[in-house]
Amino acid sequence: MALLDYFRQRKTKGSAAIAKERLQILVAHDRREGGPSYLPQLKNDLLKVVRKYVAVDSESVSVNVESDGNQEILELNIVLPD
Amino acid sequence: MARIIVVTSGKGGVGKTTTSAAFAMGLAERGNKTVVIDFDVGLRNLDLIMGCERRVVYDFVNVITGEANVGQAMIKDKRNPNLFVLPASQTRDKDALTLEGVGKVLEELSKEFEFIVCDSPAGIERGATLAMYYADDAVVVTNPEVSSVRDSDRMIGILSSKSRRAEQNLEGIREYLLVTRYSPERVKNGEMLSIEDVQEILSLDLIGVIPESASVLSSSNAGIPVILDRESSAGQAYGDMVSRYLGEDLPHRFLTVEKKGLFGRLFGG
Repeated sequence: MALLDYFRQRKTKGSAAIAKERLQILVAHDRREGGPSYLPQLKNDLLKVVRKYVAVDSESVSVNVESDGNQEILELNIVLPD
Repeated sequence: MARIIVVTSGKGGVGKTTTSAAFAMGLAERGNKTVVIDFDVGLRNLDLIMGCERRVVYDFVNVITGEANVGQAMIKDKRNPNLFVLPASQTRDKDALTLEGVGKVLEELSKEFEFIVCDSPAGIERGATLAMYYADDAVVVTNPEVSSVRDSDRMIGILSSKSRRAEQNLEGIREYLLVTRYSPERVKNGEMLSIEDVQEILSLDLIGVIPESASVLSSSNAGIPVILDRESSAGQAYGDMVSRYLGEDLPHRFLTVEKKGLFGRLFGG
């Protein structure tokens, strides 16, 4: 049955489905690449605050925005020195 | 205070100017004093679509440089007393537009008008970013086609970061999706992205769907905003879009294939 479904689906699946698939991948990629324009500034400011308390270098703070459906997640990673 | 609306898309040829003309005319027809500004300096076309190309004396750049005042440059529409057109310059380039200059002109127009429609040029360069900078609302015009959808997504990102509202930490620009050149028949056959597909990718409020229609070309041939062609599906769909913008809750039309009656089938109506 599954095999039959596969062929049936292939037949009705037009180029629009391919377009949608490609776009979803592409748009997700474009969005990751860009990120909000305030990210670099935010990273700088965070670094200043953290440095008040711990000596860290700029490499040890990373700020990322990821979108998951309708949610956007701001991910902040600070690696503290040993 | 006027409400400033930018009509944008990123990609060219998707229907920004057609939409700007129809939208501005629709707002004016409903009794709102409206001005539509062509931001495509060097490649002006709004005047042609509005049918006032032979009445251009001064333009947007002349106003910014102080060679003319805004009253001299605006062209009053012959069909509707509420509607004015501010044409772009044909001989200058995009660098003639400055952030302060555009801001000043918009501020002056804000005193007199209820709606200011900014017809953005294609691309993401100066003209386009200036057209959106002062906007309160944005209409993102998208064709159900891969490159247009991708560019629209990019524009949505730029709208949320490079605008006065973003820079001053105000409430963000209200963004609306307008899908144009929609062909229900091709969608049904799986050859074209559906409204749901486009919405799923861009996740914006849908303000209208303009079906592919021969009347868009015939209207632009004649210099008449297509919204005035009330017989046509495109004209009616633009009418709906204006109503929705003004707060009416209307169902979307022209999304499914029209069934031809026996008469239509026999005579190809």
